[in-house]
Amino acid sequence: MYDIGKIYEAHTVEEAVNLRLEHPEAVIIAGGSDVLIKVRSGKLAGADLISIQGVDELRGVHMEKDGTLVIGSLTSFSHITADPLIGSCIRVLGEAADKVGGPQIRAVGTVGGNTCNGVTSADTASTLLAYDAIVELAGGTEDEGRTGGNAENAGGQMARNPGAGGADSQRRIARRLVPLEKFYLGPGRTDVRPGEIQTCLRIPVESYENHYGFYIKFGMRNAMEIATVGCSVNVKLSEDKKYLDDLRIAFGVAGPVPMRAHETEKKFKGAALTAQTVTEIGSSVLSEVHPRDSWRAPKNMRRHLCRTMTQDALCEAVRRAGGMIAGMKADQDGARDFMDITLFPDAGAADGQE
Amino acid sequence: MNRSQAPQSGREGFMTIGTSVPRVDSYDKAAGRTKYVDDLCSSRALVAKILHSNVAHAYVKSIDTSEAEKIPGVVGVFTCFDVPEWPFPTAGHPWSTQKDHQDVCDRHLLTRHVRYYGDDVAAVVAVDEVTAIHAVQAIKVEYEVLPFVLDPQEAMKDGAVLLHKKYPHNILAHTRNCHGNYEEAIREPGLVKVEGWYDTPTVQHCHIENAECFAYMENGIITVVASTQIPHIVRRCVAMALGVDWGKVRLIKPYIGGGFGDKQDALYEPLCAWLTTQVGGRPVKLECTREETFANCRVRHAIRYHLISWVKPDGTLVARKAECYSNQGAYASHGHGVNAKGMNSIPQLYPCPNIECDSWTVFTNMQVAGAMRGYGMPQVTFALESHVQDICEKLHLDPMEYHRRALMPVGFTDSFSKNELYSDTFNEVLTVGERAIGFNRKYKLYRNQTGRYRRGVGFAAFWYNTAVWPISLETSSCRMILNQDGSVQLQVGETEIGQGADTAFAQMAADTIGVPLDKVHVVSCQDTAVTPYGTGAYASRQTYAAGMAIRGCAEKFRQKILENAFPYTRMQPYLMDIADGNIIRNTDGRKLMSLGEFATMKLYDRENNEHITCEKSTQLKTNAYSFGCGFAEVEVDTQLCRVKVLKLVNVHDAGRIINPALARAQVQGGMSMGIGYALSEKMLYDPKTGRLLNGNLLDYKLSTPMDHPSLEVHFVENPEPTSAYGTKALGEPPVIPVSPAIRNAILNATGVACMEIPMRPHYLYEKFREAGLIGEE
Amino acid sequence: MSDRQYKLVTCTINGCECTAMVDVRASLADMLRNEYELTSVKKGCEVGECGACTVIIDGECFNSCIYLAIWADGKSITTLEGLTGPKGELSDLQQAFADETAIQCGFCTPGFIVEAENVLERGKIYSDDELRKLLSGHLCRCTGYDNIIRAVKKTMYQRHGMKMPEEAAADEPLIYQPDEIKK
Repeated sequence: MYDIGKIYEAHTVEEAVNLRLEHPEAVIIAGGSDVLIKVRSGKLAGADLISIQGVDELRGVHMEKDGTLVIGSLTSFSHITADPLIGSCIRVLGEAADKVGGPQIRAVGTVGGNTCNGVTSADTASTLLAYDAIVELAGGTEDEGRTGGNAENAGGQMARNPGAGGADSQRRIARRLVPLEKFYLGPGRTDVRPGEIQTCLRIPVESYENHYGFYIKFGMRNAMEIATVGCSVNVKLSEDKKYLDDLRIAFGVAGPVPMRAHETEKKFKGAALTAQTVTEIGSSVLSEVHPRDSWRAPKNMRRHLCRTMTQDALCEAVRRAGGMIAGMKADQDGARDFMDITLFPDAGAADGQE
Repeated sequence: MNRSQAPQSGREGFMTIGTSVPRVDSYDKAAGRTKYVDDLCSSRALVAKILHSNVAHAYVKSIDTSEAEKIPGVVGVFTCFDVPEWPFPTAGHPWSTQKDHQDVCDRHLLTRHVRYYGDDVAAVVAVDEVTAIHAVQAIKVEYEVLPFVLDPQEAMKDGAVLLHKKYPHNILAHTRNCHGNYEEAIREPGLVKVEGWYDTPTVQHCHIENAECFAYMENGIITVVASTQIPHIVRRCVAMALGVDWGKVRLIKPYIGGGFGDKQDALYEPLCAWLTTQVGGRPVKLECTREETFANCRVRHAIRYHLISWVKPDGTLVARKAECYSNQGAYASHGHGVNAKGMNSIPQLYPCPNIECDSWTVFTNMQVAGAMRGYGMPQVTFALESHVQDICEKLHLDPMEYHRRALMPVGFTDSFSKNELYSDTFNEVLTVGERAIGFNRKYKLYRNQTGRYRRGVGFAAFWYNTAVWPISLETSSCRMILNQDGSVQLQVGETEIGQGADTAFAQMAADTIGVPLDKVHVVSCQDTAVTPYGTGAYASRQTYAAGMAIRGCAEKFRQKILENAFPYTRMQPYLMDIADGNIIRNTDGRKLMSLGEFATMKLYDRENNEHITCEKSTQLKTNAYSFGCGFAEVEVDTQLCRVKVLKLVNVHDAGRIINPALARAQVQGGMSMGIGYALSEKMLYDPKTGRLLNGNLLDYKLSTPMDHPSLEVHFVENPEPTSAYGTKALGEPPVIPVSPAIRNAILNATGVACMEIPMRPHYLYEKFREAGLIGEE
Repeated sequence: MSDRQYKLVTCTINGCECTAMVDVRASLADMLRNEYELTSVKKGCEVGECGACTVIIDGECFNSCIYLAIWADGKSITTLEGLTGPKGELSDLQQAFADETAIQCGFCTPGFIVEAENVLERGKIYSDDELRKLLSGHLCRCTGYDNIIRAVKKTMYQRHGMKMPEEAAADEPLIYQPDEIKK
């Protein structure tokens, strides 16, 4: 039995927004894998909850006409991994989601929860960040509705209801768009304002088109783990596959919130694909990451991991993009992830591999 | 497979012993019907919750319970000022009637002297869990905070804060094991000195069922239903804690969800029993959360070893010194036995003419260390087998050849236990293991690798005692009851805790009586009101100790049946036998009557009725060595500082294997635990407060299905001559060789000698940096 | 205590429609154990780390300890009890767990079997590594997982009318008599 105060259940975005306005102190609960743990541990003991578990319009992944990929905030990790659109457009996001906890946690945990809780170790957050994802929030005031316009410029996308849109017909609900990087305010704090709920994450077509990525989660074991460091790298190669046309590097647990290595990205955009470049990129991120000492891992080890994992993830991303890295020794490139198995819907076909 | 007859058995070969019959409890467990403690407790029972201290060392000055008592639904609030004043012991040892050999009495149900972070200060009984938690949070405690010490060597220093007044320098016990003349011997010219400090961590058992119990009173008897390995011992501990006659306490042990030694201790049964007496005997449930199982139950002793060996250039061991510092934590529990057992193995595994061993078990403000699978041997074997490899490295000796030369020789007899190495076991197990992993070839192949990913092989040998004689009493009792249908009810004081004891017991009884396995009904639940006395599940003693009771009882039971069959068969007892559930004439094998026919006739015989039952209490005055070795092949990622175990092989000589499938399964479980001990498991404590930091299953890194390969198991069968069925220890040994085998494999792969476990990335990162395998920033 | 909140929860449990008035603070594990006495649903950690309380909800596996009972309204739930036949017959998978010695203390067993059943119902053949990943949300301290994987694998092949590949099927450990070793 959990030490919960009252529970208010929403079934539509509109209900959820109204409940948020009526009960400003209540905590939003989606899948429960985070909030219920906090209730039990005492951090949220006695809290009133607004359950959005029943808001089915926030589930699922779809593509808009302009190619924007829209991931409903209540989409569970297992559904993200299993989604064919994710598999074809941002395979690495499916893989990152597949590294969360274990199968049952992936069935219950949601991508919205994984970003809204503001946790730096969140497995999907670094990859979403590496793809310049934009957070959409519903609710708030007219004033904040206009903020959506600003984000629109930033993200170049129009807000729309990811679901059936039935709620909007009854009452106009303001929508606000925030780039994920700006959405993080600090450890455990995100830009969800009074009366708002996060509705979806949007990834513009130019963010993922021709980009190939790889995510490495470093943990002490191969499942049921939180990342000691997470690193997501994606690249777009030149036509001859010899240069880095685009490079994006994001980390979890390299700072208080998920972060990008913008300076390094800028510096090496256009660089030639050589072993030297890989080494330099690895060293370069060290001037941007600022992990801390904790009982889980010391700072110097985390820094070392950031460097090594950047190199490994970069190599694997380049390989996925069809590139070759000149001068790379065979046993240097890429992490040999011992149990790197992502079960996409087509995996494990009935030919019985052993 | 050719199976020889049982030692000292005049009867035909066994029917079920040596075959992999399914577990007797597998149907219910597969169907989800097996009832564990919480499944038997009414969901409307009162709930007890404990207030644990948030300081590591303090005196409780006062407790204000007034706010807690006001909360609706609170039935009672009890503090350390309310409980009985006499101290009691908790260790799962047989009681000793010699005062100086009795377990240390140093616990109170709730304590006024807080000795570790999380010590039990007060308890609440309420109508439900949430109410109880609210009440616990409403209790206000005023402490007089004392300095605390977490490290045993720090705790031994002059001026360190004392945990127990009776123990100067916090030393619970110090024992020595010396012979020859160490100081004299090391003066021999030309000796090479090899020295190292080896460190082992505090780890937890992680049985998936938490420590749970509930208690109620019925007809003046305090009944406790508990998840324990040792029902008869816990009954005594409860009675001693409450100060009631031992017969006033009844302990019931249903199926339990794993123990591994944690539940070989009285945990919260005494407190739960006392709480029911304080609320009029109403049922009170005291269920540890996972966090409490981590922070407030028992742990494995962290033991630090300092080993010095003086060897000739050919490796001949001339003198050895060992210092063993064991972290006991706040209370004595199993105490020095764990450290002493490990220390005493050093001169036995590698006999040495001049040896000086010292072991200290030291109180610290850590949580309490108790029994855990292997009882000191995983610790000492990590140190000793790492050290032996270090000797080989220093002298450029082949470790396989060195082991064969230096290990305990055939015929070795321990003067204290009279345990003997009867056969060429070490050479046999090493040969099997060497072949299984290809050690000799790979060991050479893998030396001097370069590159990021490197492979290595390593191994370790071990020794283990079966049962506890002559340190403590060894006894077991068995009762057999003949049912009207010719089936047999089997009761043994030794307990099923998941290891498969019931199945092994049933196989033994079936074969010795002469009935099919399905005619033996094991009464799995131990209930001190009904079950004959046995000390419980520990010391890998089940098949050895209970085996003797079962065989003794079964033979007497069989004889009794045959003697009573005379009126119906007109045959002399010596002309009859029991086979496959029938009484047969042994001269021509003719079936005379079924056991069912006999049982019914005898029970309802108007002239000569008797209910055929048999009971036998058996004392043991022997013990047996169990042996084996473990081999590991690993791949090390020198950059990410991770170790992948590619292959792990354990080879055991546990005497006759009663049930090969169950035996292998148990070995695999131990190997898995060994992998965690080697690579990932460690309880972390905040040095500023003494608080456990990673007391949950997410932050404590117990292996998941993805963390190790398939585990390979082999047995060499040298039936133990002193054992009723040729068996000896197997339950605990599998965990022992794994960590040194992996450590030596990492050394083979990288040239880096790890001096502590677990070899987590954290530790390997530092070691690889020192070795220059990782570049600086 | 007077303003406690309850909700009428109607769901299908192991094929039967059930209704109960539940305290909104209850987890699904609480409801299944206390209202329906489905005690195969084991509590080992109550925070979704051990997997012992796993149940199938509308075709997916969840840790019922971190799933609120009120969310079960309208859902279809399967526990281990639901896999057993009407006369108590073990399913092929349950039988394989018994036959392959995949059970020791039995506390993690219900979660493993329920999860494995859900995996096998997808009708695919998985590699050993894939099976390990699919079962990685469950902790077992007794078995070292080998026999569990083998029991699932054996059933998987049986359901496809195939035999389990030889190298993994050696179900007897190797027992040597001393004289066999020297040869």
